[in-house]
Amino acid sequence: MSDGVGILLPGQADFAAWRQQARRLLAAGVPPERVEWRVLGDPPGLFGGAPMPAEAAPVTASVPRAFLEQVEVAIRHRDPERFALLYRILWRIVRGEHGLMQVATDADFIRVQAMAKAVRRDAHKLHAFLRFRGIETEQGERYVAWFEPDHHILEAEAGFFVRRFAALRWSILTPEASAHWDGETLRMGAGGTRAEAPPEDAHEELWRAYYRSIFNPARMKPDAMRAEMPVKYWKNLPEARDIRGLMAEAPQRVAEMVARGATPAASRRQRSLQPQAAPEVALPMPADLFSRTEDPAAALAALRAELERRNDLPPWTAAATQLVFGEGPPGAPLLFVGEQPGDEEDLAGRPFVGPAGRLFNRAAEEAGIDRPAAYVTNAVKHFKFKPTGRRRLHQSPDAGDITYYRPFLKREIELVGPQLVVSLGATALRALTGKPLAITKVRGELIETPDGLRVFPTVHPSYLLRLPDPESKAREYERFVTDLRAAKREVA
Amino acid sequence: MELRRKLEILADAAKYDASCASSGTDKRDSRKGGLGSTEGMGICHAYTPDGRCVSLLKVLLTNACVFDCAYCINRAGSNVQRARFTVRELVDLTLHFYRRNYIEGLFLSSGIIRSPDYTMEQITEVARQLREVHGFRGYIHLKTIPDAAPDLLAKAGLYADRLSINIELPMAESLRALAPEKDAPGIRRAMGRMRLRIDEAKEAKRTEGRAAAPRFAPAGQSTQMIVGADAADDRTVLGTTANLYASYGLRRVYYSAYSPIPDASALLPPAAPPLVREHRLYQADWLLRFYGFELDEIMAGGEGGHLDLGIDPKLAWALKHRERFPVDVNRAPREMLLRVPGLGAKTVDRLLSARRHRSIRSDDLGRLRLPLAKLLPFLVTADHRPRGGLLDRADLRRIVAPRTGFAAQARPVQLALL
Repeated sequence: MSDGVGILLPGQADFAAWRQQARRLLAAGVPPERVEWRVLGDPPGLFGGAPMPAEAAPVTASVPRAFLEQVEVAIRHRDPERFALLYRILWRIVRGEHGLMQVATDADFIRVQAMAKAVRRDAHKLHAFLRFRGIETEQGERYVAWFEPDHHILEAEAGFFVRRFAALRWSILTPEASAHWDGETLRMGAGGTRAEAPPEDAHEELWRAYYRSIFNPARMKPDAMRAEMPVKYWKNLPEARDIRGLMAEAPQRVAEMVARGATPAASRRQRSLQPQAAPEVALPMPADLFSRTEDPAAALAALRAELERRNDLPPWTAAATQLVFGEGPPGAPLLFVGEQPGDEEDLAGRPFVGPAGRLFNRAAEEAGIDRPAAYVTNAVKHFKFKPTGRRRLHQSPDAGDITYYRPFLKREIELVGPQLVVSLGATALRALTGKPLAITKVRGELIETPDGLRVFPTVHPSYLLRLPDPESKAREYERFVTDLRAAKREVA
Repeated sequence: MELRRKLEILADAAKYDASCASSGTDKRDSRKGGLGSTEGMGICHAYTPDGRCVSLLKVLLTNACVFDCAYCINRAGSNVQRARFTVRELVDLTLHFYRRNYIEGLFLSSGIIRSPDYTMEQITEVARQLREVHGFRGYIHLKTIPDAAPDLLAKAGLYADRLSINIELPMAESLRALAPEKDAPGIRRAMGRMRLRIDEAKEAKRTEGRAAAPRFAPAGQSTQMIVGADAADDRTVLGTTANLYASYGLRRVYYSAYSPIPDASALLPPAAPPLVREHRLYQADWLLRFYGFELDEIMAGGEGGHLDLGIDPKLAWALKHRERFPVDVNRAPREMLLRVPGLGAKTVDRLLSARRHRSIRSDDLGRLRLPLAKLLPFLVTADHRPRGGLLDRADLRRIVAPRTGFAAQARPVQLALL
């Protein structure tokens, strides 16, 4: 045993000192099994504090950051073996096992992980279960808490309370150490006793009343409570005094609720002081919904209201947030028809406000179109999608969907009365012509529908967004602007 | 009325809301003034014997309400005693509790009085005073009233960390039947508006830096669905959930097993809360969000539109898809390891990292304290392969199903009720 090395650390959780010593041990090439770690105040060890070999100046070994982070936490564990364990891992890392901190199945790694986890849990419980009690002093109110942590965590965790209660004056007493904050500086002191903390606080009555009232006796899960708030903490929690009583009374309280069954409604009902506006009363279907023309704005509003309250909508519309109706002035010379509202349109309840809508606005402006003077709408007026995680995947409307909305679209166009309808994409063209035409074949050619509508087909702006390379994106964007210019000329 | 009595009434009235989260907001503290801090992680300051965490002071401003929702203890026709906090009382109570380290902050909701706007104004005023008069830096969760004016919503988002609107029931039809004054499309529209604002604030913060960003509910929005009060099956519940997550970017959907209330409506007589069902729904919710499962796959583990109550939904899926197993822990891709019953997402990542350095054996899994009895029939390790035919055995469920645990624990309480 004569070649053993005894290391004496000044404090229980002194990371800097451990690190310094570990570097020197590494420099001297002292293997872990020959080191004995002690903390000031521990009984003398086997090696009796045999000094470090003289040549041992500290070296800087390069170790993974993850390891040092674990050490800094694990060193606060109460296990006296921790210094030796940490040095052994360091030794293994430096001697070739660089990836050790990724080997979740290694016994040393599991142990240090468990230690760090226990320390973090202890710290979390300190943040959670510490209870301050107020006392009046000459300098005003002061808050004092008594807590019994499992590990050497107070100094490391005092900062949490400084950040949270910087404006208060407080002390935390534990058996091993105490922390005191005067509003400016933190001072660590000796351990204390529970008797040094105040025995009560005037607000504990209210707090306990809250705790009792927020408990639901019909959902007893005492094991879940004990797992998260172990019994060892109860003695210092004022509200824990109520636990046994709450548990004992719970079955009776539930039995009474069930026995009582339903009760008749109160004779004095709660009433609104200012009667509320009645929740939107559904309009009766106006007989002239599809024929009235004298006031286009009112007729458009009626059309919208009708579509909003239909109960024969395609079933998928139930998943959408809302109907997205067309927008713009009646009498607009240009009317643009898109496919269907997208994610943002669905949320906002307005057409052409999403990425494709913004691109359309830019292109329209470039083409010299007075955008606010135009009317924009969609062939299908609800967002059809498939939920995938945190996104909604656009689903193309099918022929049945297009057919369902078609009479409404026709009527909408009739009421706006544009000189030219610009169809954006295949769905819009199909809705307007009733035929599945290929955009590539008819793009830019004026089509006259059987009911006398002049339709100018072009692509949907979302097609431009989907193009992968910037080159074709720029080229297609120019083509789109050219189309819009041509459409504008038709109404000039 | 005495403050303590008010607190009892208004906490009792708030306890059917399951949310207690205080996490996920921006980091702040009081070293430059004010009171309080938030450091990312939520803190549960106590637990009640129902196993629920007490993180926030969760109360109603008032339990007076002009709505008559059958499932709610505070409905207009209920005989419950009514009370109302003053703004001052609530502000003081929050600060006194916070200074003593009882809570992380406030979760404030309210019955609808006078009008939606008036109610929302009162709720927001409590938050405003806490933030602006007292420099409160703790967590604030406000319940928003769907029909309140947009500028009131903007103000609520300025002071609150989280906003929520409860969807209440999984089907719009049930809401019409049980809560005639509530408007399901209105609730969805309000969630949509909130998502747009939350995204906008996040985007502004990202592009313009902290100072320029208009603050809006940095901890996002959540919602709650009551299960067991209507006829919706689990497929309907989870379908609504999947839609809510995808549409409104919700942080959480909370499920609340419909629980007997002291003054029940004739429409909904008291019954045992379906706690096991609630638990299975939470597990399925996790599979949807973190384990790459599709709704149809989860439902394939159950029968007739319901999840299997006896075992967790991942195990239920695996038992019906035995041809996908065994999976080699040393070779399988992450997506497949996530599907092995008994392997959580964290464990999977640890195993992936470890297997780059050495091959994984069965006793390694034991050291990680994994449930070997459940795991090993589905897994190949360096020194283990499930016995031939084990995966085909008719009684495999009996072998792998946990004998203790939640299902077993919840049962006696339910029986005691009936």
